[in-house]
Amino acid sequence: MSFFGFGQSADIDIVLNDAETRKKAEHKSEDGRKDKYFLFYDGETVSGKVNVTLKYPGKRLEHNGIKIEFVGQIELYYDRGNHHEFVSLVKDLARPGELTQSQTFDFEFTHVEKPYESYTGQNVKLRYFLRATVGRRLNDISKELDIVVHTLSTYPELNSSIKMEVGIEDCLHIEFEYNKSKYHLKDVIVGKIYFLLVRIKIKHMEIDIIKRETTGTGPNVYHENDTMAKYEIMDGAPVRGESIPIRLFLAGYEMTPTMRDINKKFSVRYYLNLVLIDEEERRYFKQQEITLWRKGDIVRKSMSHQAIIASQRFEGSSNPEKSQTPSNAEEDS
Amino acid sequence: MTDPAVADTRRLNSKPQDLTDAYGPPSNFLEIDVYDPQIVGVGRNRYTNYEVRMRTNLPIFKLKDSCVRRRYSDFEWLKNELERDSKIVVPSLPGKALKRQLPFRGDEGLFEESFIEERRSGLEQFINRIAGHPLAQNERCLHMFLQEESIDRNYIPGKV
Repeated sequence: MSFFGFGQSADIDIVLNDAETRKKAEHKSEDGRKDKYFLFYDGETVSGKVNVTLKYPGKRLEHNGIKIEFVGQIELYYDRGNHHEFVSLVKDLARPGELTQSQTFDFEFTHVEKPYESYTGQNVKLRYFLRATVGRRLNDISKELDIVVHTLSTYPELNSSIKMEVGIEDCLHIEFEYNKSKYHLKDVIVGKIYFLLVRIKIKHMEIDIIKRETTGTGPNVYHENDTMAKYEIMDGAPVRGESIPIRLFLAGYEMTPTMRDINKKFSVRYYLNLVLIDEEERRYFKQQEITLWRKGDIVRKSMSHQAIIASQRFEGSSNPEKSQTPSNAEEDS
Repeated sequence: MTDPAVADTRRLNSKPQDLTDAYGPPSNFLEIDVYDPQIVGVGRNRYTNYEVRMRTNLPIFKLKDSCVRRRYSDFEWLKNELERDSKIVVPSLPGKALKRQLPFRGDEGLFEESFIEERRSGLEQFINRIAGHPLAQNERCLHMFLQEESIDRNYIPGKV
């Protein structure tokens, strides 16, 4: 996105040094459009060049300084004017003076801390971007380059299953179990619902994944619930002693990792909602929070080529060009 | 040997189901029939009442097979009691049909066969819906409506 002043005399653009090799990730913008941005992780260096191109060669460009910033900020939609910057780095590229010809400036932000994942939600946005600015007396000329940051985690040491008995006294008793409490984004929820007592006429049962985005603090807390998935797990009336299996593949849904109290500004949490619907459309439900985390796409060198293909195919690779049909994989090797 | 890179999606272990549970009668049997409309009374004091028969195996109901006669205003009474005392959203009753009570109609008014059938069907839907509600099952008014010969409008409301 660039800001064009009236009678702009120069163009700026920002080019990353590793633009050829760096992976891009898709990210949905506020208006629902999906775009691809360069993907960065915490601690990675952000380096590149700023090209200032004079529109009218020969005409000098007077400026108050040229700089590049790396910004990480949280923007609450109800309070657009106030951006909460949690990362703000500046590199001066040129002191006030004048440019007689187009020029390129190198920059490097070494081992930049990027503590949170990029997020665009219903009421809040967290984004990272580079902003190059040519300072001018009346109107600055600037250009922004958005990047996407993913936060990675490793398999949690403790990942207990969730098992609980719930119900309505003398009407409906069930025991539900989910195999883990922490799932990565391409994981599978494996579970079961065991019926202990059924005195109502159940028509069907489904499991929903609900995303709850919380913004604001104290008395101004606002929750926005969004049903990310609805998955029917049972059609028909169960009786006592029946066990209904659950197998829900998360890779099919667009979800983010769980984000707790990010910079004290917002949270994004996920809940499994088990819903039973009876013949009169009455709904009985039990909500349970799960933690979602992002696993790195690291391919271990010790695995054989075939095993690598198989694991990517099973979980869904983030690089579409790598997924192959079995016959293709055999042709390649 | 479980490879963490490939998810384990095998079903969780569960107790095998007892065969008497699997093939026995379900514990949620509840059927209420509203039928046999009869016109009672004479002249301007005539009204229609219906047979309300409930068959169930739910332990909360004292009688597993009960039969009572009820009229439209009894259903209205039940709806009002439940709306006042419980947090349930009570389903709606078929209409009051006040127009049918006016004179000089071309048809039988309240006693028109098609109207009685429409009302009978609506009342049956209503009572089945509400009797299956776990919270309504706790209310004394519902039990009195379904299982006692006559409704005591001076009863003490409360939970079963």
